[in-house]
Amino acid sequence: MSVARFWRKIPQRYNLIGTTCTTCGRYFFPPRSFCPDCRRAGNIVDYKFSGKGAVVTHTVIRTASEQFEKMTPYVLAIVKLDEGPRITAQLVCTPEEVRIGMRVKPVFRKIAADGESGVIYYGTKYVPAE
Amino acid sequence: MRDVAVIGAGCTTFGEKWNMSFRNLFVEAGILALEDAGVAGEQIDGLYVGNMSAGRFVEQEHIGALIADYAGLASHHIPATRVEAACASGGLSFRQAVISVASGMEDIVVAAGVEKMTDVASGASVDTLAGAADREWEGFVGATFPGLYAMIATDYMNRYPLTREQLAQVAVKNHFNGARNPIAQFQQEITIDTVVRSSLVADPLRLFDCSPITDGAAAVVLAPLDRAREFTDTPVKVLASAQASDTITLHDRRDISTLDASVAAGRRAFQMAGLSIADIDLVEVHDCFTIAEICAIEDLGFCRKGEAGRLTEEGVTALDGDIPVNTSGGLKACGHPVGATGIKQVFEIIQQLRGEAGKRQIDGAVIGMTHNVGGTGATVAVHILGV
Ligand SMILES: [Zn+2]
Repeated sequence: MSVARFWRKIPQRYNLIGTTCTTCGRYFFPPRSFCPDCRRAGNIVDYKFSGKGAVVTHTVIRTASEQFEKMTPYVLAIVKLDEGPRITAQLVCTPEEVRIGMRVKPVFRKIAADGESGVIYYGTKYVPAE
Repeated sequence: MRDVAVIGAGCTTFGEKWNMSFRNLFVEAGILALEDAGVAGEQIDGLYVGNMSAGRFVEQEHIGALIADYAGLASHHIPATRVEAACASGGLSFRQAVISVASGMEDIVVAAGVEKMTDVASGASVDTLAGAADREWEGFVGATFPGLYAMIATDYMNRYPLTREQLAQVAVKNHFNGARNPIAQFQQEITIDTVVRSSLVADPLRLFDCSPITDGAAAVVLAPLDRAREFTDTPVKVLASAQASDTITLHDRRDISTLDASVAAGRRAFQMAGLSIADIDLVEVHDCFTIAEICAIEDLGFCRKGEAGRLTEEGVTALDGDIPVNTSGGLKACGHPVGATGIKQVFEIIQQLRGEAGKRQIDGAVIGMTHNVGGTGATVAVHILGV
């Protein structure tokens, strides 16, 4: 991933900046600039998510793509944020710990790197909050 | 809208074909289809080719023209169009060809699919396939394609009755069928033990829950139904062509364990054909993973949500069952050259409806269905064919 492509998503990846539609009250992460429900009647403003949520479903990745090969096994989950949107994220916990409904909170972590001397990508992972 | 028929079909054998290049694969399938149809190159009015990622698998784009060229058609200057929708590229290529013939724009049209996957290392192919999901919000955090389907399986097994053994039976059945299909990548039968003792890829999915990396190509020739008998005594009519889309990410779906695009495309297809589930003699569904076949059977309406595991265990979806599913061996055993799969599904139905399916023939089959999924369900193509 190029530096610019990563850099322009830093507000979302580091600080969970999404959007909300003040017309209908729906929250969007990643941000949308157009409300699918209200369409042109929607009014979109920025919103910082707390990142707190619960595990909807999960897996343990044991065969990964190139950038993640050295991190296996790792826990991957779909997390439902308390405001409503769902996201896909890594969980910082053991495969035995994860369960559906588990409360989680965000942590700032290294996500991946472009080889030995390339860009290091940071972002948000989640840890058990109980 | 004109009625459309398939007048010829061809397919390479599927597998790790180290001696075959991308263009060789396509040419072989194309020649088989044209010979089967009795059509000469100069009679072709248009060519559609489904391909997911020649750019990443063999570093080649612009494959519509490349394929027309190597099929010996450069001097005829036929329109040649690439169609891409990840693993549903083949199904969409077929649909584009159907639309073209139905519209009256073109008469004799080739719909093909091709993928050459084994020229890159395993990690690179995993990464390329992850591009079928959302690179920014799934792939970036380490989601693999098996990982996403594994999360469907976890959700499904938490909500519905599905045992590890029932899930494994999908693979056992499809290997049984593949062992009776000369083009299949895997010609060996397996047992439930083979599946549950294979290595974990993404919990709960194991190696034998996953379709393989495959090279292959398939092609079919279409014509207006009222011209079909100029070329063949056994035309197969296209009774319905439907397509649907949904959110690109799995996490944004209304329901993690239901592919709403499958539901929508299935309904549209039945409506277009004026048929119902009871009319379908066999169906090729998109079993990129065992859990995907379970979902597909339910989403298309062959049973209610939560019942497909039991149906599979009871043999209802087997070759001799009430509704045979994936007689070709499916993606699991026949192989999954992503862009070719949707056309191979049509190829299988054509063979079955003509009574040419040999040891896996479904006696008296007159109506067959195909179900081709892109990504984790962001695109679905459903076709119904009949004689
Ligand atoms: Zn709104």
